[in-house]
Amino acid sequence: MPITPATLRNANSSEQDYLWTLNFGPQHPATHTTLRIVLKLDGERVVDAIPDIGYLHSGFEKIGEHLDYNQYVTVTDRMNYISPIANNVAWHHAVEKLLGIELTPRCKYIRTLICELARISDHLLSTGAMGLDVGAFTFFLYAFYQREKIYDIFETLCGARFTNSYTRVGGVMHDITPLVIEKVRAFLREFPKTIDEMEKLVNRNRIFVDRMKGVGVLSKEEAINRSATGPVARASGVTRDLRKDEPYLAYKDLDFKVCCAKAGDCFARYYVRIAEMRESLKLVAQAVENIPAGPVNVGVDERAILPTKQQVYQTIEGTITHFELVMTNRGFTVPNDESYGAIEAPNGELGFYLAGDGSDVAYRARCRPPSFIHFSMFPYLIRGHTLSDVVAVLGSLNIIAAELDR
Amino acid sequence: MPTVSETISQLQAAFPSTAVTEFRGEKRVVVKKEDLFAVLRLLKERLGFDLLVDITCVDYLNYRGATDRFGLVYLLTNIAENVRLTLRVMLNEPDLAVPSATPLWTGADWLEREVWDMFGIQFEGHPDLRRVLMPDEFTAHPLRKDYPMQGRGERHNFPVLRRAES
Repeated sequence: MPITPATLRNANSSEQDYLWTLNFGPQHPATHTTLRIVLKLDGERVVDAIPDIGYLHSGFEKIGEHLDYNQYVTVTDRMNYISPIANNVAWHHAVEKLLGIELTPRCKYIRTLICELARISDHLLSTGAMGLDVGAFTFFLYAFYQREKIYDIFETLCGARFTNSYTRVGGVMHDITPLVIEKVRAFLREFPKTIDEMEKLVNRNRIFVDRMKGVGVLSKEEAINRSATGPVARASGVTRDLRKDEPYLAYKDLDFKVCCAKAGDCFARYYVRIAEMRESLKLVAQAVENIPAGPVNVGVDERAILPTKQQVYQTIEGTITHFELVMTNRGFTVPNDESYGAIEAPNGELGFYLAGDGSDVAYRARCRPPSFIHFSMFPYLIRGHTLSDVVAVLGSLNIIAAELDR
Repeated sequence: MPTVSETISQLQAAFPSTAVTEFRGEKRVVVKKEDLFAVLRLLKERLGFDLLVDITCVDYLNYRGATDRFGLVYLLTNIAENVRLTLRVMLNEPDLAVPSATPLWTGADWLEREVWDMFGIQFEGHPDLRRVLMPDEFTAHPLRKDYPMQGRGERHNFPVLRRAES
């Protein structure tokens, strides 16, 4: 007799003797990172799953109360480390909302550009790893080869391939160079071919489709009820995308579609990510050709970003701003208030709830991590499926343990 | 089409003690602890706030001008109308128990577990209020302001399992 989760909870232990408990993780190739799931199995069927997380907890929110608004950007790199530059943008988006800083048009376009490149690189890895977990190894290699190209672009942009820390309060680390634009254009020429090849490899592949379709179905109502955002919600038919609903940066000027699916299963989540990559490509193409001229950082009167050396040595405002920002007992002008700023990160809504107390260190820096919320619905999605579906569901939710535990 | 100000006026009609503040174009409401669950239910079932974005908490121990110890924050969104609302409730020791929001939003489950883990706020009626990030044997609530950055030595006293015992 198959055991349902309800009878599992009510039944006494002797009736469950034949259930087998399997520890999945904390170190397992298919978790990709460090998380543990205790699975209760009836033969090969998962009766219940109990997630056990916290292996990578490093107190990022506590650290946020001790590092200033520019220093903390290095910590956000380590949250969702497969799209670190989107986390940088999310953090400084929230900080600038708290401080009331309006960015220059050039900075908005540059941030939009890097955000969309980060989205492509995230979706390449998440769909690639999804394929890897269900046996499509070549698919993963195709994806990762293109991801390397995006790393190259980021390296040219800011010197770091992986942990970029590119944004600053009121601007970016330094301006975009013609070489970066050239590399982005080369990527735009090359990438559509790869994405076509990736789709050809698995979209009608019997093994891939059979393992993804109908597995881990999340209905629209459940997706909203369980606070899903991003591709996971859109694959279930929730037409919510912060880029459209609350346009930030330069998204208002650019033309793109919100990609949704109705099925809500693993295949829909895969397919939404592939479709989003194509839309992101359109966004990158528009952003890179339309970067406005002008200053990249906010002016010296905002007292947010370090002025150039020329300004420091030749203007009195520049000297004062430099002094104000560098001296330890001074810094940003922060209101005694709280605000929540969020962006549509590749994985879902990534927001920071910040409480300012007048100093240049946040009084409270809460991160709203999409992975944490998506992982909480994992037991619901996996119940009744087989053990081999665990990796498919995990991959399709794109669980990043560093963001999960923070 | 209810805007955020209409929502707030309906909320204030039902709960006259609701205080409203505004910052950077975002309206925030502060409700009394006794009304919390009724307010959340009104927002969810009558005013269409179907997405619970986040539950978090701020410890105002060293905050200048603060009168309450904890501020519990609910970030809500009405997807159909694209309206956001921030709801806060102030809590003071020793009474740190609030009704759980899990009957309204299933997504509140882990969010409330995290707030319990980090701040020690109890959610009454939560189906499974265990620690989620810290280990079960941990005794403190690390995001409280009276907890030091470097910890209190819990880490050194964690039990070490040898290979034979595990």
